[in-house]
Amino acid sequence: MATAPPEANVLLRKTAGTRRRRAVSRAVDVVCTVAALAAVAVLLLVIASVAVKGAPALSLRLLTENPKVSPFGGNTGGIANSIVGSVILVVIASVIAVPMGVMVAIYTTEFAPPKVATGIRFALDILTGIPTIVIGVFIFSVLVVGAHQSGWAGAIALAIVELPVVARSDQEVLALVPRALHEAGVALGLKRWRIVLRVILPTAAGGLITGAVLGVARVAGETAPLIFTTSVFSNLGLTTNPSAALPNIPVTILSLSESPSPKDHAQAWAAALVLIVFVLLLSVTARAVHERSRAKLRG
Amino acid sequence: MNVTDSSRSETTATVSGHEVVAEHLNAYYGAFHAVLDVTVTFPANEVTAIIGPSGCGKSTLVRCINRMHEEVPGARAEGSITLDGHDIYDPAIDVTTVRRVIGMVFQKPNPFPTMSIFDNVAAGLRLAGAKRGRDLHDRVEQALVAVGLWDEVKDRLGRPGIGLSGGQQQRLCIARTVAVEPEVILMDEPCSALDPVGTLRIEELIDELKSRYTIVIVTHNMQQAARVANSTVFMLDGELVEHGPTAEIFTQPKDERTERYVTGKFG
Repeated sequence: MATAPPEANVLLRKTAGTRRRRAVSRAVDVVCTVAALAAVAVLLLVIASVAVKGAPALSLRLLTENPKVSPFGGNTGGIANSIVGSVILVVIASVIAVPMGVMVAIYTTEFAPPKVATGIRFALDILTGIPTIVIGVFIFSVLVVGAHQSGWAGAIALAIVELPVVARSDQEVLALVPRALHEAGVALGLKRWRIVLRVILPTAAGGLITGAVLGVARVAGETAPLIFTTSVFSNLGLTTNPSAALPNIPVTILSLSESPSPKDHAQAWAAALVLIVFVLLLSVTARAVHERSRAKLRG
Repeated sequence: MNVTDSSRSETTATVSGHEVVAEHLNAYYGAFHAVLDVTVTFPANEVTAIIGPSGCGKSTLVRCINRMHEEVPGARAEGSITLDGHDIYDPAIDVTTVRRVIGMVFQKPNPFPTMSIFDNVAAGLRLAGAKRGRDLHDRVEQALVAVGLWDEVKDRLGRPGIGLSGGQQQRLCIARTVAVEPEVILMDEPCSALDPVGTLRIEELIDELKSRYTIVIVTHNMQQAARVANSTVFMLDGELVEHGPTAEIFTQPKDERTERYVTGKFG
């Protein structure tokens, strides 16, 4: 602060401090913008490279035919059985993990004492951090050893990966539901479970759908848990029975990429493209469904 | 106590009201002593205003009356609160019953955002499960008529409640409270989020409602207390300083602290 009696033009003049603060502000601005652009660029690069390398081998045959091994090695058929298998695995995993995740989130945000809730949140964070290959080995030791590989084992391994993703995301979403709505329900004499069912869940529906999609997207491409549990396929045909090992896209990508045949490599890229498109479509559909339900509400 | 005893069933038609009495009430948040040994009577079919500076315990006091206080982790209350002589803290009484008999309106209008105007008012009724169809529709209409909202919304009952203006939303919330036919209505600064027109409308409504309900209103606005309340309670630092007819509190308060507060010398 100036000690001399200030005149207006003195007060408004830029000082060295002002210039420095402005420079720092600009620098932070630029660095953050670059980081944001880089994040988007990475996404675009990944999608673009998969699209460019996968498109040539993408064909109706790839999507609709089962694998056929030619005498010279290499797959001359498609990956239809893997697509079907992956869908079955992800559906079973999500049928287990999504409702459980929602319930865990409801318990921690609505019912659990604060200390217990913190403990559960911590446990879920650790579960999220466990390398998925460890989960694969665990399920292998519990469900595969002494029995055999199966779609069930693979789906349960995926469910373990999916659960903390869904639960943590749903916790954040439920915590965003205004406390005032909860109080409004309580003050009307509504029972807790009814407040959850009629007020909290509908209010959070959009976020819960996003949480489920996040979980599905996360496990659709998980490979490690499947290598131990559902990777040895007895036949190349269509398998829909989860009691047997189910062919699936991630493991198929892995084995195609390990093949010596360049045609198989192209197919691996195409399979990767199928996976990415599947996840993108799912996100877009979920958003659309959510928007439609909100629009309906607005009347 | 049995809050659904015979005296209750006739009350909606007649004007026989219900008196709330707090005796030696102490409320805590953990170690913090928010309400200190308050004894006060809220007379039937009257509006009682609670005034006092922020943090004086006025909200906590009303939240003890419908046991909302205990919803806060670590909070507890001691002493007694009775409705027509029946202890609302009696372990034999279900807390949700207490809250249906003693309704509450909050500071910020809080209609359920996913529900239509109709469903918002019906929300409390549907918990009983018995109300359906015509009967439910009639009850919703009565409640909306009671808060003067019916003519404004009757053609758009299916539209979301959050599409209404702030003042309309608050009247919707009052309709939601009135619909379950409580005996007492607690209002925690119900107009602090509203513009003057909305505020005026709510104040008129309070005046109409007092013929059927016992009303306790917390307010920051002393003019509002002067306009709507039969009697006024002044609280300071968790203590009840003075309770008397509103005119007396504002013109000839007995306590010096009350006088300094109502004349704007502090607070």
